[in-house]
Amino acid sequence: MLDGTLVELLNVGIKRESRWLVRGVSFTVDKGEIVTLIGPNGSGKSTTAKLLLGVLEANEGTINRRKDLVVSYLPQSLSIDWTLPIRVDHFMKMTGKVSDDNVRSALTSTGAEHLIKEELRVLSGGEFQRVMIARAISRKPDLIVLDEPVQGVDFSGLVELYQLIESLRDELNCGIVLISHDLHIVMAASDNVICLNGHVCCSGTPKSVSESEEYLALFGRQVEPGLALYKHKHDHTHDTDGALIDIRENSRITSNMDQ
Amino acid sequence: MFDDFFYRALLVGVGVAIIAGPLGCFVIWRRLSYFGDTLSHAALLGVALAFLVEINFTISVFIVSSIVALFLIYLRAKTSLPSDALLGLLAHSVLALGIVVLGFMTWVRIDLLSLLFGDILAVSMYDIWLVFLGGALVLVILVAIWRPLFADTVSNDLATAEGMNPQRARVIFTLLLALVISISIKVVGVLLITGLLIIPAATARNIASGPVQMAIISTVVGIIAVVCGLFSSLKWDTSSGPTIIAAALVLFVITLLPLRRVIALLTDYSNKRVNRGVE
Repeated sequence: MLDGTLVELLNVGIKRESRWLVRGVSFTVDKGEIVTLIGPNGSGKSTTAKLLLGVLEANEGTINRRKDLVVSYLPQSLSIDWTLPIRVDHFMKMTGKVSDDNVRSALTSTGAEHLIKEELRVLSGGEFQRVMIARAISRKPDLIVLDEPVQGVDFSGLVELYQLIESLRDELNCGIVLISHDLHIVMAASDNVICLNGHVCCSGTPKSVSESEEYLALFGRQVEPGLALYKHKHDHTHDTDGALIDIRENSRITSNMDQ
Repeated sequence: MFDDFFYRALLVGVGVAIIAGPLGCFVIWRRLSYFGDTLSHAALLGVALAFLVEINFTISVFIVSSIVALFLIYLRAKTSLPSDALLGLLAHSVLALGIVVLGFMTWVRIDLLSLLFGDILAVSMYDIWLVFLGGALVLVILVAIWRPLFADTVSNDLATAEGMNPQRARVIFTLLLALVISISIKVVGVLLITGLLIIPAATARNIASGPVQMAIISTVVGIIAVVCGLFSSLKWDTSSGPTIIAAALVLFVITLLPLRRVIALLTDYSNKRVNRGVE
């Protein structure tokens, strides 16, 4: 394993009963690298992430993890039982010691600082997602695994979210594994894209994936090429509150729509 | 009125309530109510076997409950039956086996009712030591595994991924549950142990706003239920276990009442009377 490598998967496979969920998966996640896993439903994206994290045991192949790796995991879904009286600040410190300052600054960076004393079960889907991301940040991890963090986030919130993830990589110099079924926004942020469908269909830098025949066979041509274009045409986008943001200056525009 | 046996019972009851409080919270959070039931049904078999091989019945109950718990974990992995069916299967099988084994031993005369519903007369100095030493052990271990166990309760995947080793905490918790059941039989009996675990915790849920707070309130509610229940059972000559559970139920119902509104209404009413008096 190379010096900067955090996790390495070598020809990894896992089966349930006699069926292989994924097989022959090899890739590495390095420090400061964003690796994006894409693929259709049931293609084994989440399974691969769980293998990488050690939540699932592989039936074949080897997985090498750097020693004492601090990991933050954002599962695809997390349902908090209503009988659990747990507040956001306690939840943030659940799996490790995190200072109050870290908790607060992480919540601020995802725009959820006002939720710090709320009970988890009263949060809306969007609020919960922001708390989850803040929790992942506050641990100052070496590796973050985000399983579809953009669920329920509309397109305007998406750009903002990916900007946040990118700045995380720059700030913490951590490795990031991102699971997504959206290629366009991923293309802007990630260093390596791995397209899964039970096995690695293709991988490479974002541009090469969208040109790959295998990718086109999987998704067809219905992926709107205009989406990326849309981003360039407009001089603003919206943050998760729906407020306008100027892309060029990356600052909030005060407009009538805000009031 | 205040015989020695009564104070012994009180002491043991309070001890059991202190352990049952925090453990009961986890039973509720992890949805293990019927799991607790199954383990306590296994206790009857434990008692029967204790008579058969002539060992201390707390130890025998602990062993049998633990085996049933581990067997259940094994069955879950091996069969495609749903959990509730497996729990029902095991609970009733071990209960039936317990009664059958007791029936075979014609030379043993046991008061079955006291086994099922608890018996304060049976509490000895030995039981007090057992509850307080065993209880202290249970609490120390629970504190030690609290973090991974709680994280596992929220999400097993998350806890595993972030290196909490929740599997170990889970097995230890199951054994703690078996231990608590084995030491609380004399106080509330086989059939009502789960009640002592769940009702104070459920009552605490109505008030608490944090997990630790809920565990503490649950303990306090359990202690109040045991004290009130035992005094009531002495006064009205009722069976001790059911009276304790009934007391816990009363506390639960009280926390359901909209107390703030009642207080507001009462103050409002008295204010009006005062105002009317002034006029």
